[in-house]
Amino acid sequence: MTIAPEEQQTQVPEGHVKLTIDGQEVIAPEGELVIRTAERIGTVIPRFCDHPLLDPAGACRQCLVEVEVNGRAMPKPQASCTIAVADGMVVQTQKSSEVANKAQEGVMELLLINHPLDCPICDKGGECPLQNQAMAHGRATSRFVDTKRTFPKPLSISSQVLLDRERCVQCQRCTRFSEQIAGDPFIEMLERGPSQQVGTAETSDIVDSASHTSAGEPFQSYFSGNTIQICPVGALTSAEYRFRSRPFDLVSAPSVCEHCAAGCAQRTDFRRGKVMRRLAGEDPEVNEEWDCDKGRFAFRYAAARDRIRKPLVRDSGDGVLREASWTEALRVTSEALLGARAGAGVGVLSGGRLTVEDAYAYAKFARVALGTNDIDFRARAHSDEELEFLTGRVLGTSPGSAVSYADIEKAPAVLCVAFEPEEESPIVFLRLRKSARDRGTRVFHIGQWATPAVRKTFGELLTCAPGAEAAVLDGIAEHASDLDEALRTDGALVLVGERAAEVPGLFAAVDSLVRRTGARAAWVPRRAGERGSLDAGAAPTLLPGGIRYDDERARNELESLWGLEGGALPARRGRDTAGMLAAAARGELDALVVGGVDPDDLPDPEGALRALRAAGFVLSIEMRPSPVTELADVVLPIAPADEKSGSYLNWEGRSRGFEVTLAGTGALPDCRLLDTLAVEMDVDLFTQTPAAAAADLAKVCELRGSTATGQPVEAGSSARRELGTGQVWLATWRELIDNASLQVDEPYLAGTARRAVLRLSPATAQRFGIERGKPASVHTELGTLTLPAELTDMPDDVVWVPARSPVSVRSALGAGHGAAVGLAAASTEGDRG
Amino acid sequence: MSDPITPVLTKRWLSPNSWRLSTYEQLEGYTAVRKALRGTPEQLVSLIKEAGLRGRGGAGFPAGVKWGFMPKDEEKPHYLVINADEGEPGTCKDIPLMMADPHSLIEGCIISAYAMRAHRCFIYVRGEVLHCMRRLSAAVSEAYEAGYLGSDILGSGFDLDITVHAGAGAYICGEETALLDSLEGRRGEPRLKPPFPAASGLYAQPTTVNNVETIATVPFIVNGGVDWFRAMGTEKSPGPKIYSISGHVEHPGQYEAPLGTTLRELLDLAGGMKDGIPLKFWTPGGSSTPLFTAEHLDVPLDFEGAAEAGSMLGTTALMIFNETVSVPWAVMKWTQFYRHESCGKCTPCREGTYWLAQILERMVDGRGTEEDIETLLDVCDNVLGRSFCALGDGAVSPITSGIQYFRSEFLELCRQNATSSAASSGGDAQSALVGAQS
Repeated sequence: MTIAPEEQQTQVPEGHVKLTIDGQEVIAPEGELVIRTAERIGTVIPRFCDHPLLDPAGACRQCLVEVEVNGRAMPKPQASCTIAVADGMVVQTQKSSEVANKAQEGVMELLLINHPLDCPICDKGGECPLQNQAMAHGRATSRFVDTKRTFPKPLSISSQVLLDRERCVQCQRCTRFSEQIAGDPFIEMLERGPSQQVGTAETSDIVDSASHTSAGEPFQSYFSGNTIQICPVGALTSAEYRFRSRPFDLVSAPSVCEHCAAGCAQRTDFRRGKVMRRLAGEDPEVNEEWDCDKGRFAFRYAAARDRIRKPLVRDSGDGVLREASWTEALRVTSEALLGARAGAGVGVLSGGRLTVEDAYAYAKFARVALGTNDIDFRARAHSDEELEFLTGRVLGTSPGSAVSYADIEKAPAVLCVAFEPEEESPIVFLRLRKSARDRGTRVFHIGQWATPAVRKTFGELLTCAPGAEAAVLDGIAEHASDLDEALRTDGALVLVGERAAEVPGLFAAVDSLVRRTGARAAWVPRRAGERGSLDAGAAPTLLPGGIRYDDERARNELESLWGLEGGALPARRGRDTAGMLAAAARGELDALVVGGVDPDDLPDPEGALRALRAAGFVLSIEMRPSPVTELADVVLPIAPADEKSGSYLNWEGRSRGFEVTLAGTGALPDCRLLDTLAVEMDVDLFTQTPAAAAADLAKVCELRGSTATGQPVEAGSSARRELGTGQVWLATWRELIDNASLQVDEPYLAGTARRAVLRLSPATAQRFGIERGKPASVHTELGTLTLPAELTDMPDDVVWVPARSPVSVRSALGAGHGAAVGLAAASTEGDRG
Repeated sequence: MSDPITPVLTKRWLSPNSWRLSTYEQLEGYTAVRKALRGTPEQLVSLIKEAGLRGRGGAGFPAGVKWGFMPKDEEKPHYLVINADEGEPGTCKDIPLMMADPHSLIEGCIISAYAMRAHRCFIYVRGEVLHCMRRLSAAVSEAYEAGYLGSDILGSGFDLDITVHAGAGAYICGEETALLDSLEGRRGEPRLKPPFPAASGLYAQPTTVNNVETIATVPFIVNGGVDWFRAMGTEKSPGPKIYSISGHVEHPGQYEAPLGTTLRELLDLAGGMKDGIPLKFWTPGGSSTPLFTAEHLDVPLDFEGAAEAGSMLGTTALMIFNETVSVPWAVMKWTQFYRHESCGKCTPCREGTYWLAQILERMVDGRGTEEDIETLLDVCDNVLGRSFCALGDGAVSPITSGIQYFRSEFLELCRQNATSSAASSGGDAQSALVGAQS
C-alpha cells in the first residue's frame, strides 16, 4: 500500500476552476454560481429569489457572502446567486465570515419587518422558506414599531392563482418563471420602491389612467400553478387549496401524473384518505421541477360524488343498472363473455388511460381468456398506417435508444408535425421553449395558424390546409431548403402527434422524411397510457413484447411461456377500434369489453353508440358514469391512479413507476379485476397485482426483446379531397383544459381554459359574411357547432375549432381534422342555444 | 486661493443666444470635431486616457478607460448613450449646460461616438425638464441641417444619428443600466453586471454610457490638448468642473472651477453665506454623498480629497445649510426622497428606505427614542454595500454622516420626547381635566 504525498496538488480538470469556500478547496465547473458550489459541499446559503432553473436576479440579497478575487477582497459582500466561480477565488459564507453573517441577518430582518405575522393561517406556514429562515436566523422580536404596508387581499391573478401582496418579498420568481419558462408574461412587477408589487394588466392603475388599449387579459397560462410552488412565501396560493389544510397534517407520496404522456414526477399530498393537492416532483430528466396546471389541479375526479364504487349489473327485469356483489357481477360477466367467445367473439377497447401493467392484463386477457386479437387501445382517430409507423419506429424504444427530453434540449432543429406541444404535451413544450431560448434551437411547426406555442418556442410556422400536412412534408426538399438543411443537422428531431393518424399518408411522409434527412422521429401521444399499451400488446397486430400476430414462432414461444397449448393464441389479425365497433354494429361481435373510452373522442361517436347498443353484451370498466356505462350490461369499478400502483411509459418510452398513494380504499386496479374475471372464466392471467403483471410482462419481453422493426411505412389510401360549395376544411385539435372527464369538479382549473373561438382567415370570413366576435357555425349533415369568430392569419377556406371546448366536435359534427364542413354566419340566437 | 480660472465649459453661457449654432460656431464651435475626424478612433481614446478625464456623473471612472472597453470591431452596432437624467438632489449642471450650450454636448457626442465606433447616440434627458428637451432637440436639428449629424459628417465618411429621449421621472434611471432598460421601453431597474454595457448594453449591443458634462468636456480636450487640460485641477483629478451651489449662499448657481477647489474658495465666488449666518453642514456632491461640516471648508473638492475626508465628490452638488436648519429634519427629507425613488428591486433599499424614513419622521415629530438612533445606524449598516446598486448606499449616507456629526441633535429630539411623555404621563389626570373643560 502506498501513501499519497500529503501536499499533492489537486488536478483541476479542463473547464473547471479551483476556489476556496470557508477554507475548503473546491473544484467547480467554470460559470457555476457560488451559491451552487457551496451547496455541493454542504453549505446552504440562504436565498429567496435564486432558483436554479431561472435566470439569476440578485434581488433579495439574502445570499450575501464575502469574496476575494486575485488576492483582493471585493469591497462589498456579493450575492452568491449572481457571482460565478473563478480560479483562486476565496469565498467566506455566513459560516466563516461575520460580515456575511451580519449581512444575511440584516436582510432577513428587512424582509420580515413588513411581512405579516399570519403564519398560523397561511397555506405556506410549515413549509415556508421565509418562516424557516426566520426561525433559524431571525430576531425573536422586532425593533420596528411603525406602520406596515398593507394591501387589499387576496387579488385574483387568475381563477386559480390568488395573490396576497403584503406577504410578497418581491423575489420575482413568479414573474421570471412566467416570462422565462412558460413564456406567458401576464404578471409583472408594477409600481416602484415600497409600493412595488406583483400584478397583472387588470390590477394595474395604468390601464385605467393612461390608456385603454390594454385588453386587460388575465394571467392565462397552463403553467400558473408553478408560480405557487416556487413562491418562497405564502404570497401566491391556489384557490383550490387555500385554507384547506396544513402542511404538517399532510402525508406526501411520490407519484406520476396520469394525464398526458409527459410522465411528470409529482408529489401527492393527502390527508385522511383524501388527496388535498399535487405538486410538481423533481426529475431533471423529465419535468425538471415543473408541472402543467392540468397535472397539478385535475385530481378531484377520483373523489367525484358520482364515482362508481360497486359493480353494477343491468337488471334483467327493468333494464336498469343496479348495484351488485362482485360475485354476481363477475359471474354474469364471465358467462356472457364465454358465450360471446363461443359465438361471434368479443372485442376489447382498452382506452388510453392504462398503466403498462393494466394494459398487459387487457392484452393477455384478450388473447388468453377471449381468444382474440380484437383489442385496440386507440380511443381516438387511428389508422393502419399509424400502427405500421408505431411498429416500425416507436415500439420498444426508450430514452437510451430513441428520442428523449435531453435530445430535445440538445437538438439544433425540431419539426413538430400534427402536434400542438403546449396543448398536447405541455412539458415537451417547456423543453422546446427552453432549448429555443437557451440554445437557439430552431423549432418548426406544421399547422394551420400561429398558435401560442409557435410564438413561445420562437418557432417558424409552415401553414397548410388541414389534411395537406403529408404533402407539405413531401415538399420540404423542394420548397423549404433551410428546413431541409436543418433536419439534416446532427441531432435534428421530428415530433409527431396523435392528429397525424387523421391525415392519410402523413406517417408515411414522416417515415420517408426521416429516412431521407437522417433526423430522428418521436411519437408524442396525448394520453398517459398509449405508449405503454403499445408495448404491452393492447393492439390488434401486436402481442405483448412486440410480437407480431403473424409471427408463428414467436407466438409459439409465448404460448409455452404462458403455459398454453400450442396454437392456442389467435393467429388472425385483430380488428382496430373502428373495425371492432363496425363489426359489433353489424352483429359480427357478440360482446365488447370497454375500458376508459369516451365515445366523444372516437372518430364516429354516433356509430360507437350504435355498436354498443347492438352488441349483445357490453362490459364497461370505469370509474364514473359515462355514455358507455349507460349502455353497459355490467359495469365494474376500478381504481384511479392514486389508489393503485403501476407504471406508465411516457412518450420517450421511459418507465414511470409509482406506488399506491391512498392505500386500502378497496378499489381494484384493472389488472387485478381482469385477473379475477379470468379466473371466473377458468383462465389464469397471473396479473393479480401490478407487480405480478410487470414480472410476467418482463418475461415476455425477454423472449424477443421488443424492438421497432424499422420497416418502411406505406401511405394509407386517401380519397380524393374536394370542397363542396359553402364548405371549408376543418382543422381541430384538443386543448389542454377542456371538458375531458378527468377534469371534472375543478372549476378553478376550468376557469383558466382558453376562450373557445372559431378561427378563420379574414378573407374567408368576408366570403361567408362572418364578423369578428360574432357567432359563426360549422355544420355537417349530423349537426352544427357555433362559436364566436376570431380572425386569424391562416390559409383561406380553413376553419379551426377546439376539439372538446366546450363540446366535442366529433359528436357535434361527426367530423374531425381534415374534413370538409359547411361554414356560415350564425344568428345570435344560435349562439345562445 | 488659486487664481480664478478662465471659464472653459461655461465660457459661452453668457453670450447672447448662446444656444444657437451660429453663436457656437463663432466661439470655436465645431472646430474640435473637424480635428477629431481627421484622426483615428484609437488616437482619440488614448488622448482622453492621457488627459485623465474622469466621469462627471458621480463615480469618477476614467472616461478613456471606459471607451477602451468597447470592442475594436464593428460586428455589432455600437451605441453611445448620454446620461442627461440629472436627478441627484442639489445637482444642477447638466441641465444648465444643455440649456446654455447644447452644441458643446452635440460636438462631444460626435467625437466620442467616432472614438467608440458608434453610429447611433441617445441622449436620455430627465423627463421633467421639457424646456431643456426642446432646446436640445432644436440644437440637434440645427446640427443635422448644418451637416454635423447624419451621414458622411463633414465629408469624413463617418455617420452619426442622435436621438433625444425623454425619461419618465425616475431617479433610478440615472443608474446607467436602469437607464438602458428605460431607454428600451422597460421599467427602469438596474441590471445584473456582468455583462457590462460595453459588452452587452442597449439592446444587448456594445454600449457606453457617459454623463453630459464628461462628453461636453471632450471637444475642449481635443482642441486644448493634454497639457492644457492637465494644467487645471489635480494630478489624479485634472480639468475644470461645474460646481452647482445651492442653499444658504448669497448667489446660488453654477460655478466653474478646477477640480480641487475648496468650499471656502467657492463660497467666495458665490458671495459668501447668505445674510452672514454661519455654515452648519453641506454636501459635497449631492445628498448621496456623506455630509460635511464647517470643519471641511478647506477640503480640496476633487475625487481624492473628498474621499479622504470621508465623503465623495459625487456630482459636485454643494447644498449649503446654515445654522437655522435642523439636521434630523434635513436627513428625514432626503430619506423620504430615497423612499420615493427606490426602484424596489432589492430588499435592503426597498425596505430600508421605507422603514428608515418612518423612524426619522417619528423622531422629527418628537416621538423618537434613543434606541431608534442605534436602529437607524444598524439598518444603515445593513443597507450600505448590501443593495443591488448604489442607490441604497447613497440613501444611507445622509443618515450615517448626519448622526456622525450631529448626534446631539438627534439625541436632543429624543430627550424632548422622553421628557414630554414623562410629563404627560405624570399629569394625565390634570390634562384629562383640561381636555374635558375646553
